[in-house]
Amino acid sequence: MAIKDLPVEECYIPGSAACPGCPATMAMRTVFKAIGKKMVMIVPACCTAVIESLHPHTSFDIPTMNIAFEAAAAGASGVEAGLRKSGREDVTVVAWAGDGGTYDIGIQALSGALERNTNFIYICYNNQIYSNTGIQRSGATPYAAWTTTTVGGKTEFRKEMGEIIQAHHIPYSAQACSAYPEDLYKKVKKAKSIKGPKYIEIMAPCPPGWRFGMDKTVEMGTLAVETGAWALYEYENDKVTFNGKSKLILEGKIEPKPIENWIMYQGRFRHLFKPKKDVKRIKEIQDHVDKLWERYRSCYL
Amino acid sequence: MKKYDCVTTISYPKKGAMGKTGNWRVFKPILDKSKCVKCLRCWIFCPEATIIRNKDNSVDIDYDYCKGCGICADVCKVKAIKMEREGKRK
Amino acid sequence: MSSVMIDTGNYIAAKASVMCKPDVVAAYPITPQTTLVEGIANYVESGEFKGDYICVESEHSAMAACIGASSTGVRTFTGTSSHGLLLMHEMLHWAALSRLPIVMCNINRVIGPGWNIWSDENDSISQRDTGWLQFYCSSNQEIFDTIIQSFKIAEHAKVSLPIMISYNAFILSHTSMPVYVPDQKDIDAFLPKRIPQWKLDVDNPITFGNIILPHEYEKVRKDMQKSQEYTKKLIPEIAKEWKNKFGRFHGDLLEYYKCDGAEYILFSMGAIGAESKVAIDNLRKEGLKVGLARVRTFRPFPQEEILKLGKKADLIAIDRNISVGMEGALFTEIKGSLYGKSNAKVHGFIAGLGGKDVTFGDIEKMCKKAISGKKSDHQVWYGLEGV
Repeated sequence: MAIKDLPVEECYIPGSAACPGCPATMAMRTVFKAIGKKMVMIVPACCTAVIESLHPHTSFDIPTMNIAFEAAAAGASGVEAGLRKSGREDVTVVAWAGDGGTYDIGIQALSGALERNTNFIYICYNNQIYSNTGIQRSGATPYAAWTTTTVGGKTEFRKEMGEIIQAHHIPYSAQACSAYPEDLYKKVKKAKSIKGPKYIEIMAPCPPGWRFGMDKTVEMGTLAVETGAWALYEYENDKVTFNGKSKLILEGKIEPKPIENWIMYQGRFRHLFKPKKDVKRIKEIQDHVDKLWERYRSCYL
Repeated sequence: MKKYDCVTTISYPKKGAMGKTGNWRVFKPILDKSKCVKCLRCWIFCPEATIIRNKDNSVDIDYDYCKGCGICADVCKVKAIKMEREGKRK
Repeated sequence: MSSVMIDTGNYIAAKASVMCKPDVVAAYPITPQTTLVEGIANYVESGEFKGDYICVESEHSAMAACIGASSTGVRTFTGTSSHGLLLMHEMLHWAALSRLPIVMCNINRVIGPGWNIWSDENDSISQRDTGWLQFYCSSNQEIFDTIIQSFKIAEHAKVSLPIMISYNAFILSHTSMPVYVPDQKDIDAFLPKRIPQWKLDVDNPITFGNIILPHEYEKVRKDMQKSQEYTKKLIPEIAKEWKNKFGRFHGDLLEYYKCDGAEYILFSMGAIGAESKVAIDNLRKEGLKVGLARVRTFRPFPQEEILKLGKKADLIAIDRNISVGMEGALFTEIKGSLYGKSNAKVHGFIAGLGGKDVTFGDIEKMCKKAISGKKSDHQVWYGLEGV
């Protein structure tokens, strides 16, 4: 699978309200290419709800239903049932939510839909903040990150949503990244081929939210994976397989880059470097990543 | 496109739903086709879908909507795309 | 032809809803709605209900799932009560603004704390601003008939709004009454398949619910108002059609009982409305000229009908609800309907809050207090203020 093999068709129409450099629209384009026109999206309050642009126009060329912040997965359960009863089981139902609507306010509905075996793909594009409302912290925000509600840096570590999802024992879940489109495409295609609930989380580095230049979205994504801050993996039938660079890191074939190599480019971690280097907190971040991979190795190697 | 008669928030697809977003640009991507190796990285990574993929996998840029983020220049491995400051607004 | 079913309000509601052939039911249990959803679950097992029954994990998700299903163009039904209704408050607004013809039974139950499973109207009355139509039933037969009529009203092209059908906790939900049940084919003839006014369709991709500017939003609100105004005409038409086909009539927006020559008209809802008929009979026997206009629909509020009655009589309102800091809703809205157009006196009473029993004897006492000539300067709390 090479980039040139990805289908040409788009669901995203140029000229939307998205920020320049947006990882969400970047990822959505690839997701759509793996599913095609028979796709319905349920979108809770999140950046995408704004990216759709203003009524009476929309920047999306597939049926898209907006819903309240906490209700994406529940709405998707209803849409799936309605389409099935209308004889449209050929349509793929996709809930497309941010980390806020997934980790926090939306976690109940998500857990319910997974337990109920709803036949849909839940995709969380994770920019590690409540980006749409102005960069407030979420359950996905990493330790020590500046947000508008954690001005001195977040004092807690982020949730391991991937592990929470695995505890639901659904047919398929995966972690992906907007910087790895071939990997994301394969994962969405795999999810589409399986019946039942599927969950894919896409690391989505946000230029205004993380405070980096808008041309660096892809670089921040690759560094997230190369430093081990984000792992690419798949869970299927209770078995976890790591992918690409993450697999090499898991197997010890390559060393993950120091976490400093990722956070030093992001203004949200600036206070760890200026005016003085906060060696203690940077070490805490590194230790946490190291521990995460120790756990990964003990569980999945 | 069938239009529904119901008075509620129903919206229909439109190119440039927020207008000609090309006027957001401060920097503009300039493509040197002689350097392009048709890897299509710029095409797949463009958040605005304004890199037009031609049948022979060469690319063109839709300047009406390109927001000038610079990702195409950043991901191009052969530096075929350079970001240049926009001239005076027309 | 019809058969007779003797069962509780909830099981009757379950039967009626299943006979309307919804494609999706999404519900979450809460006392005393539980036997309604259990009734539907039994029909799933027996095969009589062929739709999809989604056991969601909260009432907010129940309404969200109904909204999702209804958006695909299928017929949708649910039920809840009290705290469940309050939990889905956000989504009630969402459903109405989305113009989705969802039909829901709400079993009127007291709101806590403390925990109280008896009946008053605060739960549904506090939702009167959501844009949903609201029916209040006073018998199990009315519950059955109203559910079927409601789908027809809600799904009408000029309406396309959700409908809430309320009935009292335990007094109706768990009390058995005989109910005439028409044949399925007659119900099918009365209620054809839903024709959606919009839907999610891969062959016609729309985005629903994105950002809307103020002047466009105002149009949405105005059209909702226009549709509810239209139902003031449609509800009587459908009630009449039902009467012609099935022989039963529970009123239009109001149900009139012994109003001819009345000097006082009593307004009440739900079970108190049923009890009021007995009270009216007794008062009439004593020579007191009181009639009943049982409020069947609270939304749309029957302003024009109330004004007509106010031209000939003084009015008495019994609220089983209170908007703390103001009054009971029926009292306030009746007065609002008369403002500037009528000299009728309106006497207000609050009774039955917290599920306190309200008998026909209580209602007679309230009417006699109103008739006594001394008008109170506020809504009288029956049982707490010497009445």
